[in-house]
Amino acid sequence: MSHAATLAPTAPRKPKALARPSILIGAGIVLLVALIALAAPWLGTVDPQQINPIRRMKPPSADMWFGTDMLGRDVWSRALYGARVSLVCGIAVAALATSIGLLIGVLAGFSRLADRVLMRVMDGLMAIPAILIAVAFMALTEASLKNVVIAITIAEVPRVARLMRGMTLGLKEMTYVEAARSVGTPVHMIVRRHIVPNCLTPLIVQGTFIAASAIITEAVLSFIGAGTPAHIPSWGNMMAEARSLIQVAPWILLAPGLLLSLTVLGFNILGDGLRDALDPRMRTIQ
Amino acid sequence: MARYILGRLVATIPVLITVAVAVFLLIHLSPGDPAVVIAGEQASPADIEKIREKLGFNDPLLVQFMTWAGQMLTGDFGRSIFNDYPVSGLIGERIGATLSLALITMVISISVAVPLGILAAQRAGGWLDRAVMGLSVLGFSVPVFCVGYAFIFLLAVWGKLLPVQGYVPLAEDPAGFLARMVMPALTLSFAYVALLARMTRASMIEVIGQDYIRTARAKGLGVPTILVRHALRNASVPIVTTIGLGLASLLGGVVVTESVFAIPGLGRLIVDAILRRDYPVIQAVILLFALIYVIINLLIDLSYSLIDPRIRDR
Repeated sequence: MSHAATLAPTAPRKPKALARPSILIGAGIVLLVALIALAAPWLGTVDPQQINPIRRMKPPSADMWFGTDMLGRDVWSRALYGARVSLVCGIAVAALATSIGLLIGVLAGFSRLADRVLMRVMDGLMAIPAILIAVAFMALTEASLKNVVIAITIAEVPRVARLMRGMTLGLKEMTYVEAARSVGTPVHMIVRRHIVPNCLTPLIVQGTFIAASAIITEAVLSFIGAGTPAHIPSWGNMMAEARSLIQVAPWILLAPGLLLSLTVLGFNILGDGLRDALDPRMRTIQ
Repeated sequence: MARYILGRLVATIPVLITVAVAVFLLIHLSPGDPAVVIAGEQASPADIEKIREKLGFNDPLLVQFMTWAGQMLTGDFGRSIFNDYPVSGLIGERIGATLSLALITMVISISVAVPLGILAAQRAGGWLDRAVMGLSVLGFSVPVFCVGYAFIFLLAVWGKLLPVQGYVPLAEDPAGFLARMVMPALTLSFAYVALLARMTRASMIEVIGQDYIRTARAKGLGVPTILVRHALRNASVPIVTTIGLGLASLLGGVVVTESVFAIPGLGRLIVDAILRRDYPVIQAVILLFALIYVIINLLIDLSYSLIDPRIRDR
């Protein structure tokens, strides 16, 4: 019921085989992009902000691999530095959304009152397209990477909360939890010992998919002008600036578009692989 | 049956109320005085006071909410702060483009994704299955605007087959309408096909493993009959659910697609409104999107009972 991708069937599993090709490929792509982000200054880049009016909109060439944009800035350099924004955003949102979602889900799973109130709010939030929630939040605050992260987190939390509520309700019925309750184990200890540890695997899987979707949302927000401040080189900003030039200088769109797609693809493949390897129950307890 | 419908209807009310409260609070959550935000940067204190009075910001919050909700229910969405047009008029002008885009996308996606999913499931693990699964990951991963620009570049700039962007209403120029709708609809279908094909495949695989499918096969029924009449029908509840759940992301995708292809729809309207902080427009469009989402999902809930009598009798 929650994330689309989590609903796909689990292919015949080799038990606990973390070395499956999808995990290796996905993790490989993510690591590659992370390396690019970290090593950006040493990968043949120049200052991504440096404006050079003489070489505006130059097509790709030997010393400017992806050409220059309308202000003469080097597209390759900007795209590599853009990886930092996307990765920070993706990972920060994944961490925040899974922790908050876990908290809300467990709370709703244990308290009837909290369940009614919180889940109605989550249902309401889910009825609004995620991008609009994020955009609306951005309209209220000033453009900064921190606010972009908060905005996307708000949009991502409901799905995690729903999943975690389902998990909690399912786990509560388990014999070992019942046994723990019957001997008078306090609720907070049941949560810590039995509920949270069992929720971790689906959380990791979900977190990977959230990172992918957060990276897309950040790019979309920047693209429509409601995201990361325009002076920061992010893939969405680059594509927004280049959109009106597609007929004269299409190469400006190429590097950010390819890197963005590749990064998201990496996270999604990794998430698929992790789910198949770790999480056989994902489909049944929801 | 009537009880079932009534139950589903009642269940939508809290969701709608939550959305309404959230949308209403939007303006009050903004840092600082909303009247100052609305008045703009060059307003005098007198202007601000006038706006505060006019929009009822001096009343208690609950009174403000009730007044606002009452207006919304009677179809009075207020006026745009930016150009003082009635919001209902703005929405009326734009809704046609958005609905056509969403509908065409739905039709394309369902007619491509469901057969693909069935074929993939029938030979699970085969090359077609792998290709469909691989493509679906790609469909999730490539952002809508990247797909859109790839189409624009290939089909319009380079291939010169279609106009680059823009929109013509169907009634004015049907051929022009279609020519301009092809790329946006294909763009938007990309992710939706991925989602639906995956779901169709998953639920078909589950059903194909059932005893009654083996029985049907043993009876000597043809493969197409088995797949469509016996398997698809039983697999369709999750598929239909996915169509509904995917709608929120489809509507979100509409916002981006309209920006890429310069289509004057609700998506453009709300993006422009947000950039101008035109709160009445933002509130009305978000409310409308949520309403569409809730209504479609309600219809889908109700359709379960047509697909599967067991749900009706539960």
